Amino acid sequence: MSALTAVRGGAPPAPAEPVRRRRRWVPYALLLPGLVWLAVFFLAPMATLFSTSLQVGSIDEGYRPAFRVANYTEALSAFSEQFFRSFGYAAMATVLALLVSYPLAYAIAFKAGRWKNVLLVLVIAPFFTSFLVRTLAWTAILGDQGLLLGQLKEIGVLSPDFRLLARPFAVILGLTYNFLPFMTLPLYASLERIDRRLLEAAGDLYSSAFTTFRKVTFPLSLPGVVAGTLLTFIPAAGDYINQRLLGTPRQSMIGTVIDSQFLRVLDYPSAAALSFTLMVSIVVLVWFYVRRAGTEELV
Amino acid sequence: MASAATTLTGAPGAPGAPGAPGAPGAPGATRRGPSLPTRVLRFVSRHLVATAAALTLLYMFLPVFVVVLFSFNDPAGRLNYTWNSFTVSNWANVCGVPGMCDAVWLSIQIALLATVVATGLGTLIAFALARHRFRGRAATNLLIFLPMATPEVVMGSSMLALFVNANLIALGFWTILLAHVMFCISFVVVTVKARLSGMDARLEQAAMDLYADEWSTFRRITLPLAMPGIVAAALLAFALSFDDFIITNFNSGSTVTFPMYVWGAAQRGVPPQVNVIGALMFLVALAVVLGGQLANAARTRRP
Repeated sequence: MSALTAVRGGAPPAPAEPVRRRRRWVPYALLLPGLVWLAVFFLAPMATLFSTSLQVGSIDEGYRPAFRVANYTEALSAFSEQFFRSFGYAAMATVLALLVSYPLAYAIAFKAGRWKNVLLVLVIAPFFTSFLVRTLAWTAILGDQGLLLGQLKEIGVLSPDFRLLARPFAVILGLTYNFLPFMTLPLYASLERIDRRLLEAAGDLYSSAFTTFRKVTFPLSLPGVVAGTLLTFIPAAGDYINQRLLGTPRQSMIGTVIDSQFLRVLDYPSAAALSFTLMVSIVVLVWFYVRRAGTEELV
Repeated sequence: MASAATTLTGAPGAPGAPGAPGAPGAPGATRRGPSLPTRVLRFVSRHLVATAAALTLLYMFLPVFVVVLFSFNDPAGRLNYTWNSFTVSNWANVCGVPGMCDAVWLSIQIALLATVVATGLGTLIAFALARHRFRGRAATNLLIFLPMATPEVVMGSSMLALFVNANLIALGFWTILLAHVMFCISFVVVTVKARLSGMDARLEQAAMDLYADEWSTFRRITLPLAMPGIVAAALLAFALSFDDFIITNFNSGSTVTFPMYVWGAAQRGVPPQVNVIGALMFLVALAVVLGGQLANAARTRRP
């Protein structure tokens, strides 16, 4: 980060914090209400989730506190398929989102000129409409007699039983679509921050446009790539809206299972075990990924 | 002429093969200029990037177009997935389907309350992080970051686990509100903090040099400068709360917010009025953002 800050051009380097006599308790007073809220409604639920995941009993007799680790092994062996599918779909959606977003973010950062703000509004505007409504719109587009296939089938390009919905394709397309701004905006932010003089310098040193991109632009945009891929991958791995609306039970993801175990089967311990495992595996993945990518400050 | 030829020969393999063999017929006279592959790549970067960007925007807007289009559809049967005929009756009778407008109104109430609380709490944290030194900064940053790095399904199910185990409060309006405030706080902190750390600290120092005390510096300098960030954070919180499905689904009991209504309707057949609400959300949010941009432009133009 410090290297990036050092080469940043526009804003003057942030001066060291002014030496002021401040009352010591002020920051804690500012932090207290919000952090208490997060402790009670984020940390405490996580702890409860963990203790629930080890409980024994049934919904009729009630669940009792225990330390039954077998809840984990049973739940994971029953639903490992959904786990791997979630991570696979999320990874594919993330890569696709990166490929689709990068040119757009690049164009806005470097080529838009005075249209920059308009384009940024256009990037987020589609996501103003409801998540569920826009996902349902894809069923109208991809449906068997929908806007896309209906026409192609009528002119005989496709056979009448060709389908896009209810296939992994539709679920991955929906996941890619729904989290696009989370990829585009961090990418844009890091591209925008690049000092143009570095790119000019590369050109002056006879670097081709592609080499400049590979050796200067892309490495400097890595914080955006890291943030964007995380912000896409994490919600995509836990999502089940796209699977439920665009897919079939054959594309079940882990979110689907957690939802139904918690809300319909009412098997709280196994649902909690799955949920907690999802949380831990994502934290571990993020941890390794961020360390490899070498970006410390994400917030 | 030459550039057209380059495009034809070079474009297809260009992005993947930077060291593509220079065209054998490259005329010697152009040696002074950039090499052929460079010119190809320059062309590619000039036009392919724009084309790809436009395609991405198209991908982004296609569903919105469909949402608006189908809000004018008069569906043949229960399902509003195939175009039948044009009508404005869905817009004229938005509340014609039972329960939907109640759900929208409930979502607005929850989102307004969640926005006020989360923006307040989050702004205070952002000021502490951006303007103060204190012990425990790393832990605070982590606690702010974690809810954003946690899948909604985990947050939703963990809160349900808490509410079920504690058994103090019935699932419904209040549990939804508690949950929404929780996941909005982090986004508010990040948005306001970004604005605060982008501000020139010398302005505040100048105010202090001119004998403003800490409070009037805050009120006359810091707060007005931070306001766009706070407003943006509030709008973001409203949008996040209004549109949340997964966390709400776990903690709503039998309370029906708009996303819950759409989810229920999706199992039976979505009435076209849902598309009207979807289109309205898009238009209202667009108007708010464009209005903000215009106001911003007007403010910066004023001396």
